[in-house]
Amino acid sequence: MIDAINLHKSFSGNKVLKGLNLTIETGVTEVVIGRSGCGKSVLLKNIIGILKPESGQVVIDGQDVTKLSGKDLKALRMQFGMLFQGSALFDSLTVTENVGFNLIEHTDMDKQTILKRVKEALSLVGLYGIEDLMPSELSGGMKKRVGLARAICMHPKIVLYDEPTTGLDPIMADAVNDLIMTLHKKLGVTSIIVTHDMVSAYKIASKIAMLYDGKIIAEGSPDEIKNTTDPVVKQFITGAAKGPITQKENFNRNILTEGA
Amino acid sequence: MPFKKIISNFKKRFKTLLNYMGGAIILLLETIFWSFIPPFRRRQLFDQMYKIGVNSLPIVFLIAFFTGMVLALQSAYQMQRINAQMYIASLVALSMTRELGPVLTALVVAGRVGAAITAEVGTMKVTEQIDALETLATNPVKYLVVPRFLALIFMLPLLTVYADFVGMLGGYIVGVFKLHIGSNMYMNMTTSPLDLKDLYTGLLKSVIFAVIIAIISCYEGFRTSGGAEGVGRSTTLSVVTSFVLIIAADCLFTALFYFIGR
Repeated sequence: MIDAINLHKSFSGNKVLKGLNLTIETGVTEVVIGRSGCGKSVLLKNIIGILKPESGQVVIDGQDVTKLSGKDLKALRMQFGMLFQGSALFDSLTVTENVGFNLIEHTDMDKQTILKRVKEALSLVGLYGIEDLMPSELSGGMKKRVGLARAICMHPKIVLYDEPTTGLDPIMADAVNDLIMTLHKKLGVTSIIVTHDMVSAYKIASKIAMLYDGKIIAEGSPDEIKNTTDPVVKQFITGAAKGPITQKENFNRNILTEGA
Repeated sequence: MPFKKIISNFKKRFKTLLNYMGGAIILLLETIFWSFIPPFRRRQLFDQMYKIGVNSLPIVFLIAFFTGMVLALQSAYQMQRINAQMYIASLVALSMTRELGPVLTALVVAGRVGAAITAEVGTMKVTEQIDALETLATNPVKYLVVPRFLALIFMLPLLTVYADFVGMLGGYIVGVFKLHIGSNMYMNMTTSPLDLKDLYTGLLKSVIFAVIIAIISCYEGFRTSGGAEGVGRSTTLSVVTSFVLIIAADCLFTALFYFIGR
């Protein structure tokens, strides 16, 4: 179970998370939706401990991530896989070295075993025969899938996805959705997906949470979210340009300009 | 009040400076710490040594060779008046080993290698590759900074020795073929005033310069934000900061050696 308790995080005075609470049960696929720049990626990075919150805790199976360091943090990270928005493949390494990074760095497996594991991970994401290519030779969709293969190569218990479908064409986006669902079924992992792609959210989520103004303002099954009466959530999921979210932003902007 | 504004502005800048220095020093300490923690990445270290050392040989050759020639010609202008041309050799040898060898090599390497390191690390930062390293349970300082740091510490002194010799060769060519000093005479006058101390003070300086280049260029890389423009900005900053610090450190250590050496 992952428990984020009262998280606060700001960047140079700009408060991004303002007392966020979120509980994610083991084995579910939780989708966090919200506008660009509302702090979704920051939430993920707090969960995996790349960023430390100013206050609050992230408790994973009884361990407080914010207090871990050194070996404990390393051990915890080995249970995680993360897919980054831009894939974040190491561009000086080949596909094999990227996917097998953890195996090469942190285990004493021999080359043959590593290659086997890499091929296995790549076949899970539907890629064959690209082991020796460099990331610059891959298309955007392929990079995403290699990134995903890297995330699952160590057989993690928790996989974090930072906007897995952003920047892909609709067909490739749906293929990635299918992939996330297949992996979930095959590996039985807990998945946390951050996205603003509602099609994808409805398709893969067992639960959807909406992040707005630094807090989770609504949480429920895809159907519950679809039939929400909350005007903020409704504006976001229907993608309307006018509504409480934009009203508040305009209001804030007016105050700022008047103040200056 | 403008005076108050100046004071608060000054305070702000001072705070930024302290912040920067603190960050760089912490990075230096972390790097030294991780240098002693296994596993040691021999392949990466050799890769970096090749990139930093071997690939810098041509440009260091050109710079040192021309500098040696210029030194000989400029001193000839003075020495000929007092009929003391034979001291040109000693002058070139001493200036190269004590001063120009270490400093010019460091500046060339800061421009060539330091900029490349900042651009690479900075690009990794803005494309989240540094974050990815952390999620893969790998310390970015250990993985990225340590090999570059060690490679610079090994290679910069070697490049400096090379520059010293090439500089003397430049001086020799001018001295023997243009100023008609005898070859044996020139070589004698090169080696006789040279002390081992001259060489190793120069080398000690070059180790300090290597630390400056490695830490500043990696630190600037880690601080990068804001896409391609950010990478450009931090690369410029990295080279400028390294240059200034190299010259400042040179001044400090030359003074130090001068007073100790007496």
